[in-house]
Amino acid sequence: MKRVNAVVVGAGAAGGIVAKELSAAGLSVVLLERGKWYTPNDCRKDDLRNQRTTVLGNAFGPEDEGNPRVLVDAEGALHTVLPSEGGYQNNAACVGGGTLSYGAMAWRYLPQDFRMRSIYGAPPGSSLEDWPISYDDLEPYYDKAEYEIGISGDDSGTPFHGPRRRALPMPPLPPNREFQILEPAAKRLGLHPFPIPMARNSVPYNGRGPCMRCRWCVGFACEVDAKNGSQNTVLPVALATGNCELRTECMVREILTDDRGRARGVAYYDGDGRLQEQPSDIVVVSACAIESARLLLNSKSRLFPNGLGNSHDQVGRNLQGHHYTGAIGFFDDDTYDDVGPGASIAVSDYNHGTPGLRGGGILANEFIRLPIQMVDRMPVGVPRWGLAHKQAMRRFFKRNIVIMGPTQQIPTADARVTLDPTVRDKWGMPVARISGNVHPHTFEIGLVQAQRAEAWLREAGAASTLITASKPATVSAGQHQAGTCRMGDDPKGSVVNRHCQLHDMDNVFVIDSSVHVTNGGFNPALTIMAIAYFASDALVRNWNGTGFRS
Amino acid sequence: MQLNQDGVRLTRRQFVVGGAMGSAALAVGCSARNRGGFDFLTDAQARTLAALCDQIIPADDVPSASQAGVVSYIDRQLARTYRRHRNAYRDGLEQANAMSRKRFGRGLAALSVPEQVEIVGAIEQQNRRFFDLVRGHTLEGYYGSPRHGGNRDAVSWRMLGLAQPPVRGRAQYDLRKGASS
Repeated sequence: MKRVNAVVVGAGAAGGIVAKELSAAGLSVVLLERGKWYTPNDCRKDDLRNQRTTVLGNAFGPEDEGNPRVLVDAEGALHTVLPSEGGYQNNAACVGGGTLSYGAMAWRYLPQDFRMRSIYGAPPGSSLEDWPISYDDLEPYYDKAEYEIGISGDDSGTPFHGPRRRALPMPPLPPNREFQILEPAAKRLGLHPFPIPMARNSVPYNGRGPCMRCRWCVGFACEVDAKNGSQNTVLPVALATGNCELRTECMVREILTDDRGRARGVAYYDGDGRLQEQPSDIVVVSACAIESARLLLNSKSRLFPNGLGNSHDQVGRNLQGHHYTGAIGFFDDDTYDDVGPGASIAVSDYNHGTPGLRGGGILANEFIRLPIQMVDRMPVGVPRWGLAHKQAMRRFFKRNIVIMGPTQQIPTADARVTLDPTVRDKWGMPVARISGNVHPHTFEIGLVQAQRAEAWLREAGAASTLITASKPATVSAGQHQAGTCRMGDDPKGSVVNRHCQLHDMDNVFVIDSSVHVTNGGFNPALTIMAIAYFASDALVRNWNGTGFRS
Repeated sequence: MQLNQDGVRLTRRQFVVGGAMGSAALAVGCSARNRGGFDFLTDAQARTLAALCDQIIPADDVPSASQAGVVSYIDRQLARTYRRHRNAYRDGLEQANAMSRKRFGRGLAALSVPEQVEIVGAIEQQNRRFFDLVRGHTLEGYYGSPRHGGNRDAVSWRMLGLAQPPVRGRAQYDLRKGASS
């Protein structure tokens, strides 16, 4: 095959941006995506088969057939899990990656989120660390992401955010009923509520129309293409340069290296299952935290017997996501108006600053209310079946509000991705084995967050409330998975440098949530995008035609 | 609590739904003649399952689980996505009938409603794994998308007060169409 400048592995939140930035700068790019390219016509609005409720399977990959992982539970027992099962920690496998079907909350992390160790100290047993870059380093790229991807919202009502150079490009969607109930209650509590920033058109933007406010949002492709991901923003731009070729249904097997210790391309299985080689000057891995780590670990050679970038046993460690806790409140009157996208209001008063707690997270009303998601969310005393259950569904479906939040996890080195020695996928490659858990302090923070959610609901008039604050026995790193190829200045304690370049090999980059040192108390998509712009910018600046100036 | 049993008068709505059910069942029977009406279940298994599902979601002024097509939903999935649960259903339904016969001398489907409630409660206690499986699938079929054969005419969504037909953008596919997924 013809040699190209760059192979990018994965067409998700980060890979789409990298492909666009490199191809616009004149580099020839091959973008390999293991999944298919879905369109708004594939929305389906299927309550039972989507990326959120997977009882009948995933809508946007991977398929249950031939794509297992192995989960190690708290007792050390091994479980082979399918992509549609919770323990799999699935995100998606398709063009756009998670951004095709995400809820599209588009948060900037706070300046403190990049300095967690300096602010709080690392609790014993944790691997809490500072990022090698600051909020100020990323700010121009947050801004670029907000304008190129398209974000609606307004954070002028809260003091809890870093400085920004200009307002978001689109106003927020008009408030739904939950917003109207929760906003005055939050203000009475002294909080600073504001509309959630969303990668969703509230007005026509970027050649596409606005949200039509249906209830099938998170977990689904957008029927009217008003939700903004890499598949409908940067990827079309990348393809239009003429420098980028997107190959779908191509599963990368390994990164190939030469005798001098540099990457020379990738080997991948095409849609017909044939093994192909794509030579390139550089390789960018953007396959999301679990699969990026797996690909590096699977790329073994004489010079790199433990996989690429792994000479200090760091690849796959510090796996994290978010610890979701919150509360549900049951009301006497209707609270739900069936106006999408559902999630509308948040507070970030609790992300930092509570004595005794190392961080926190936002609290926001829950995204989506498919009836099937309500069946186990009942007031105390409602039986699990029978007429009383049916009638409680009827009574409370429109009379409840859920407030949840992504508690920032305190990472540990033991929560990790390794290769399973026996289980293989349909291409015969060792699958990811997921083991360990986040630091227990995470659960203390989560419980306090849940109590705060409950207090907000009571202030809003809930007649009864229930707290959700479980202690998961395994790491919870599904759609928000991060951390497995940590960014850092110390090659012994991290995998990539501040520009997402492997410490071990100067022509391989990991650009996705894998590099997150910590994961903020927010949905991570916009930060993944900002880092993709930041790293691509450095890559293009240091590029001299066939390699790097350094 | 008005159950469609023992002479309790049918509401007009139930009557209409029941009529629609009958013709739908007939249509299925014609198209799937060679397989006996269901993709996986025998007719006897389907009757037992219907009795079980209808105690999990009984009728009031809104149809019960089986009236809304939940048995068809489960049957269809057992032939496809839920193939792995086939043995659990075979054994579980047989056990349910065995329990019923032991206590009341008749199969589950032939019992009165209070008797069925008693047996279903006993299944929940003694065979929790099977009960949870059926409960989960019944709730899916009833509250999930009509495209899979349950929630016929979106009865549960209407009951909950959701807009029906829902807010739509483009209509290039049909929610009511039978699905293979």
